[in-house]
Amino acid sequence: MSRLRVKQARAIEAVAKFVTGAATLTVLSVVVFVLGFILYQGAGSISWEFLTDRPRGNMTAGGIWPALYGTMLLTFYTALFALPVGVMAGIYLAEYAKKNRLTRIMRLAIANMAGVPSIVYGLFGLAVFVLAMGLGRSVIAGSLTLACLTLPVIITATEEALNQVPRDLRQAALALGASRLSTILRVVLPAAAPGIVTGSILGLSRAAGETAPILVTAVAFYAPIPKTAFEPTMALPYHLYIMATQAPKPAPDIVWGTALVLVAGVSIINVAAATWRARQRRRIRW
Amino acid sequence: MTDVSLARRRNGRPSIRRAAENVVTRIIHLSGLAAVIILGAITVFLALNSVRALRDVGIFDMLAGSDWFPTSHNASYGFLPAITGSLWVTAVALVLCVPLGLAAAIYISEFAKGRIKDIAKSVIEFQAAVPSVVLGLLGIYLLVPRFRVWLGLDTGLTAFTAGILVGIMALPTLISIAEDALHAVPADLRTGSLALGNTRWQTTFKVVLPAASSGIFAAVMLALGRAIGETMVVLMLAGNAGIILATPFVSARTMPGTIAGEMAEVVQGGEHYSVLFAMALVLFVITFAVNLVADVVLERQRRRWRR
Repeated sequence: MSRLRVKQARAIEAVAKFVTGAATLTVLSVVVFVLGFILYQGAGSISWEFLTDRPRGNMTAGGIWPALYGTMLLTFYTALFALPVGVMAGIYLAEYAKKNRLTRIMRLAIANMAGVPSIVYGLFGLAVFVLAMGLGRSVIAGSLTLACLTLPVIITATEEALNQVPRDLRQAALALGASRLSTILRVVLPAAAPGIVTGSILGLSRAAGETAPILVTAVAFYAPIPKTAFEPTMALPYHLYIMATQAPKPAPDIVWGTALVLVAGVSIINVAAATWRARQRRRIRW
Repeated sequence: MTDVSLARRRNGRPSIRRAAENVVTRIIHLSGLAAVIILGAITVFLALNSVRALRDVGIFDMLAGSDWFPTSHNASYGFLPAITGSLWVTAVALVLCVPLGLAAAIYISEFAKGRIKDIAKSVIEFQAAVPSVVLGLLGIYLLVPRFRVWLGLDTGLTAFTAGILVGIMALPTLISIAEDALHAVPADLRTGSLALGNTRWQTTFKVVLPAASSGIFAAVMLALGRAIGETMVVLMLAGNAGIILATPFVSARTMPGTIAGEMAEVVQGGEHYSVLFAMALVLFVITFAVNLVADVVLERQRRRWRR
């Protein structure tokens, strides 16, 4: 009797393991398929001209340089705005925050910010940066909007990285007579830098692929390369959106080439950051 | 004493140093409030821009209105088509991603070991970085024409099509948070159950899953929040028709899709513009509530395991 039940339990376990394993495999193969399909479709159209030429003939020919450059510019300014505030907020939470209600509200706000829909950020950016601050549709307005969206990622990455720096280091610096601030800035922050940098890069690469926030704050259907940050720009994700939905469909190899450049850019940065982080974690053992 | 004063002199004037440190510390303290300030500013600015819609159209006519004809001569701004559309898309997305995601989370947390576990986790983390516009593009080229034929529809741009891809987009959130919740269950509970002669699966099903239930609930809530707010996929794939849907197999208008699709074309400061802000406010309130519930539940569980 009990032997039968053991057999039954083992059989159920085998089935459960198979079913959950199959689910995992499905999820993973979706990712692999998406990447593989884009690589397969887009690889043929990648050339030096494609990357460095501007779109021609109403996006039916030519390259994607203005959009690529625009995305790089937007990401650069996003980092410029989001990094200082995000890192300082992370420092506050890891080093200064007391266990009280205010801290709890701050953490709730950060977690909640990460869940705000990207189009809501877009409208917020339109109302505040484009209109109220009078920046107009511009690289600056779009970057500020993307910075808001990236902020929670940077704050969380910074806090986590700082928390991993052991206490001894802080106490040693304080015992040598360093003030609290210089302990943080000269001892703790450098030790946590790899974690902060990689976490922030992961957040920024996600921002680079966002379309909805820049839709109403930064982009134009067709624009020359912006001379200053106060002009609108083209951007890869928006360029892709336009090409995918406009009525006379542009040549497929241009569409897939653009998709490949966007995905490859985001992935390479992502994988590089993640690998570097893993290596740093292995190398530095506190 | 003299040593100390010498050291001070070498480091520059202490009063200036201390003042500078105070300023920097203040700025750091202030930055801690950044998230609170931005969330507050989002609420205020969405509300300010919605004032005209609330005054001229009225909250009842928006929330309970069943017609969305913003550009017709006698404009009507009913949110119901967009709300039901969003609900259908979200429902399809959750039906797809909750079972799949939970099963994957269980496998990764309870069965997978070593290298396979690491690879699975990093691939899923990586999936979160695939831009949604790219998935939208794949949907347009791969799913839309096939669904039209398979399901015998007039168009492949439906709530169902969008829901499938939104479900895929919500998977990384669901899996990573559910996996965290399972992982956080103390090892004692597992070893205790195994010692009593339970198999791994019995342990998982009867001990670990119930113990992690609130974390799993939070994971589902966060996935729900992502699904409601996902913009580009629904803008590109849901079809943006203006009717209240009885099934997901027709073109749907969604809240994020409506806002993103029409905002670029409206007169700034006009009625339609203000109504779109009101819709964004509704969307924001919904996602805020969903996220808040998830956060509170997660926080409570975290505190329970810490003891």
